[in-house]
Amino acid sequence: MDELLYFLQQTINGLTIGSTYALIAIGYTMVYGIIGMINFAHGEIYMIGTYIAFIVITGLAMMGIDNTLFLIVAALLVSMIVASAHGFAVERVAYRPVRGSKRLIALISAIGMSIFLQNYMRLAQGSRDKAIPNLLPGGWEFGGEGFVVNLSYMQVIIFVVTLLSMGALALFISRSRLGRACRACSQDRGMANLLGINTDLVISMTFVIGAALAAVAGLLLGMYYGVVNPYIGFLAGLKAFTAAVLGGIGSIPGAMLGGLILGIAEALTGGYLSSEYKDVVAFGLLILILLFRPWGILGKPEVEKI
Amino acid sequence: MASQLLHAGFSAGLTFLLGASVLGVELRSQGVNTIVAVEGPMTWLWLGVAVVIVFFHQLFRPRIEALRRRTWGGSRFSLPPLLRNHAQRRLMIALVIGALLLFPFLAERSAIDLATLTLIYVMLGLGLNVVVGLAGLLDLGYVGFYAVGAYTYALLNNYFGFSFWEALPLAGIVTALFGYLLGFPVLRLRGDYLAIVTLGFGEIIRILLNNWTELTGGPNGISRIPKPTLFNLEFSRRADEGNIPFHEFFGIPYDPSYKVMYLYILALLLSLATVYVIYRLMRMPIGRAWEALREDDIACRSLGLNPTGIKLSAFTIGASFAGFAGAFFAARQGFISPESFTFIESAIVLAIVVLGGMGSQLGVILAAIAMTLLPEIAREFNEYRMLLFGLIMVMMMVWRPQGLLPLKRPQMELKRG
Amino acid sequence: MAESELLSVRGLSMRFGGLLAVDQVSMEVRLGEVVSLIGPNGAGKTTVFNCISGFYRPTSGEVLFKGRPMQRLPGFKIARAGMVRTFQNVRLFKEMTVIENLLVAQHMQAERNLLKGLLLTKGYRRREQEVMERAAHWLERVGLIDFANREAGNLAYGQQRRLEIARCMVTQPRLLMLDEPAAGLNPNETRDLNQMIVRLKQEEGITVLLIEHDMSLVMDISDRIYVVNQGKPLADGTPEQIQRNPEVIKAYLGEE
Repeated sequence: MDELLYFLQQTINGLTIGSTYALIAIGYTMVYGIIGMINFAHGEIYMIGTYIAFIVITGLAMMGIDNTLFLIVAALLVSMIVASAHGFAVERVAYRPVRGSKRLIALISAIGMSIFLQNYMRLAQGSRDKAIPNLLPGGWEFGGEGFVVNLSYMQVIIFVVTLLSMGALALFISRSRLGRACRACSQDRGMANLLGINTDLVISMTFVIGAALAAVAGLLLGMYYGVVNPYIGFLAGLKAFTAAVLGGIGSIPGAMLGGLILGIAEALTGGYLSSEYKDVVAFGLLILILLFRPWGILGKPEVEKI
Repeated sequence: MASQLLHAGFSAGLTFLLGASVLGVELRSQGVNTIVAVEGPMTWLWLGVAVVIVFFHQLFRPRIEALRRRTWGGSRFSLPPLLRNHAQRRLMIALVIGALLLFPFLAERSAIDLATLTLIYVMLGLGLNVVVGLAGLLDLGYVGFYAVGAYTYALLNNYFGFSFWEALPLAGIVTALFGYLLGFPVLRLRGDYLAIVTLGFGEIIRILLNNWTELTGGPNGISRIPKPTLFNLEFSRRADEGNIPFHEFFGIPYDPSYKVMYLYILALLLSLATVYVIYRLMRMPIGRAWEALREDDIACRSLGLNPTGIKLSAFTIGASFAGFAGAFFAARQGFISPESFTFIESAIVLAIVVLGGMGSQLGVILAAIAMTLLPEIAREFNEYRMLLFGLIMVMMMVWRPQGLLPLKRPQMELKRG
Repeated sequence: MAESELLSVRGLSMRFGGLLAVDQVSMEVRLGEVVSLIGPNGAGKTTVFNCISGFYRPTSGEVLFKGRPMQRLPGFKIARAGMVRTFQNVRLFKEMTVIENLLVAQHMQAERNLLKGLLLTKGYRRREQEVMERAAHWLERVGLIDFANREAGNLAYGQQRRLEIARCMVTQPRLLMLDEPAAGLNPNETRDLNQMIVRLKQEEGITVLLIEHDMSLVMDISDRIYVVNQGKPLADGTPEQIQRNPEVIKAYLGEE
């Protein structure tokens, strides 16, 4: 019985982390779907989103506002806006000028941007951990005499907000004009351009949406862990990318699925083997999937144009 | 004009938002609490200046660009083929090598030491240049191979008593093997995946080194790694049993700077060997295949070239250079720990390759010198070093992807008559 | 199977998602023949080529080359077996020189042993010399010898087409597959191309499989012709037979 409860606890933890990976992974997958490049700086956008959320929460708390819901909503909105602005600017500065060049050029520009943003934040905000208090302490406990499963309020919030964001995204993509344009661009950008779709705008919007979702993840994970430093974007980005590839890069449902699988795999490794090798799991999984099914779980194999 | 004004206004607003949100306020720890501090007036003044500059730059952008095109128009200098004459070139190379060999006898000890460090980066840059510059594969985990080389020597010495000279070739071979095993599964995939998998590889190596405490000593690293010997002559004051110290053998008084000079000369010889090997490779069938593959891998396949095999060769060869450099690094430091092999090192080496001009050996050498000397000359620069490296990569790709000293490629010429 | 059969394609089909781009195409190419594959735009000719040359893995069907099944091999192995192709929109190594293009193509004939190359052994030098000479020989034959040290991307379009053919020939293939070699050429250049293919056939005994839209070229040099339409085989026969075939005429001119 305890065994089962322990497993359940690890799965809950895994789903919590995994759903935030999924949110970040969407940014990778959308950008990849439209311009076919990996936005290496995406992890840093997530990190910036976390900082902004912390700044807002701390700032408002200093002004004496202690309504938790208000704090969270305000932090969410502001960090989404600021992160989006960063995503937009990054695309303009580092990616648009090299869009027509060889893939290697764009990749180096992206990795350069990532290094730049990380160190920019380090210089602006300091390299040490910054903490915020837990806004939503407590949770539900259930289980037997031995092991008690803990489902914190924060975990529930993470699920709910993730689901809402995903739902909003799905609605946006299937219903709105811009969403349709997005889909058209991911099918055939040249054709979409000829049909009068402003592809530059669509690409910008893709970065903005991806950044906004990364900021949501930043707020959620930031509140969950309670700390932030300029280096969190590196690992989170790598993992979210793994999630995107796992699910099938270019596929939005794939990103969600990949995130959840990765989260659970990590939690189980941490729970049963050793937490030190938790991070190795992501890379191991990435290499395995690239070996045997590089188009991912929900993706389709690419046909090379000759 | 109205749309231009709108555009400029938008850009200025965006700049303000970006700057104010990150630079204008700061999270600070105060005891156990965290507070938000608003930066002082200087920060806001600078931000205002930036906003104004962005506004006017965007407003007059078409005109600025036209002006730039007129003044800079087409003046893309590339390195002229230095000294076309064969004999002249040989003389020049001989002079440079001679000067480099003489350098330790004239310079101060700290300068020699710095030069040795620079040479390690030269080796790393040249090795990565094979992978990125010649074969066009983005390897972001190059430091992983560097670590493998260093630990190969350190561990072989620690557990089996291998000397530097015995371990050096093994370090190259082991690292090449790592490159082969990593490259084999991923090199058939698209370039982006390679970048991210190598990034992961570099991290895994570091995590393993950190956690496999029984073997590697974990975060404490491995110390007391012996320095290289000269035909079994040691450069320490007292030699291990059975060996003779260098100064006793020659009957001269002990001087610690002999060791520094010897390390420098070793580094120089290793670097020269690296330069020569890559120089030859570029002119061999494999070098031609790398270049062809970078240009069009579909055409390569249609002619019977196996893209995976050719990429693998670049990846493996590049890795083995990192292995040699790593073994030398371990010998020079005498102490290694996972901390020396973070992603930052990979980024530095990549910045060297990008700045020097992908594919160009001379460019990479000069960039390596600049990148290692700059932090020494300007100490305060160190703080901003990584920021600048990131910025350099982006700016180089946007404005001058071929590097500051692009390669005048060694082209095979048909000589007739 | 007849002795003289070099390439034999049986029941080849290729499906992309819901689209059946090639449907049960079969063809035979005998030693020393010039065989053409024609059909209206979008008929699936290039897809057939890509399947034969190993760039696509056919959904079903067989490709036999010298009696050996090829359909599961990767492209580079098929090329090594002696089937070499050109591309509809010329794929040269544009930043490399003309002669270097031909050196790369001879990668398999060159001395690839790294140690010998690093040490510049006698054997290595001799092999490099041979490779260079073969390249020069072919440049002479396609009339590009004067451009040997130019960058390939700077050649005129017709010259690029010729260089691409020379690049195939230095690999010493058995079957030369040309994908619309006359596209974008002016009448004079097309005539040169015509003569060149005839000469290659006579002097080198090369077998040619050709996709082409220029009907006068096709009718002039082909021994036999296969017609495909909307991915399906429509007709095959000698140029005379094809010219008289009402189905073919209908496919090209459209339904009345």
